[in-house]
Amino acid sequence: MNNNLLFDFTVDKAARTVYITREFDAPLSLVWDAFTKAELLDQWVAPAPFTAKTRYMNFEVGGKRFYAMVSPEGHERWAIQQYTSISPKTNFKMFNAFADKDENPQLPGSDWDYTFSEQNGKTTVRITIFNESLDRMEKLIEMGFTEGFKMSMNNLENLLAVLTGK
Amino acid sequence: MRRDIFQAIADPTRRSIITLIALQAMTPNAIAEHFDSTRQAISKHLRILTECELVKQEYRGREIYYQLEVKKMKEIDKWLDQFRKIWETSFNQLDKVLLTMKKQKR
Repeated sequence: MNNNLLFDFTVDKAARTVYITREFDAPLSLVWDAFTKAELLDQWVAPAPFTAKTRYMNFEVGGKRFYAMVSPEGHERWAIQQYTSISPKTNFKMFNAFADKDENPQLPGSDWDYTFSEQNGKTTVRITIFNESLDRMEKLIEMGFTEGFKMSMNNLENLLAVLTGK
Repeated sequence: MRRDIFQAIADPTRRSIITLIALQAMTPNAIAEHFDSTRQAISKHLRILTECELVKQEYRGREIYYQLEVKKMKEIDKWLDQFRKIWETSFNQLDKVLLTMKKQKR
């Protein structure tokens, strides 16, 4: 795809905060929809070969999205998100926690803040993930991306074994 | 129990120690002077850091100096880079979804 689109990813380990900025070659209304509508989210949030499936999503303050990342082997890793603030087409905030298949959250979770802005037909999305401990980041990766890691990161075999729970 | 580098950096004191000795190798006493913690507490942190192979000991005469294993620290960056790649993959997928959406709108 278009490689000229800005993509910035920084991790402040001490503050346990991840900052992600990405530009998209589309008007704000489309990008906003892609981040806030289940049927669209499911088309892109899970990196191939993983897929995402949303069981339900109520995009409103206090509402929740309950979804899973599904591995090619069919392993499901569920997570629950609760929307804490929504300013249409500008910003939304949510609390994210992993969960079991019965919607029981596994705390602690993390706070996510999404900000959208448009300039010259391009939309910039800024994502801040607060209180994201490195532990939590390991968990994020546990959501199914471990296979590729094993190949590239021999030194982290031990960690990966823990992450995959095997 | 085997330890890994993520355990090493999970603790704020250990992160401070890492920052300190990144500049130069130091003796346990010199390190302890920078903290309010007891000498024992610092020794324990140093032991964990050593077990995680993030620092190594070097004997100079009677003194033990602790120095940072820069290679190990790079593992963390490599690991974070994988995390970045996951996002990159998802965002590239989103580019395609947006392209389709734009076409449908026309």
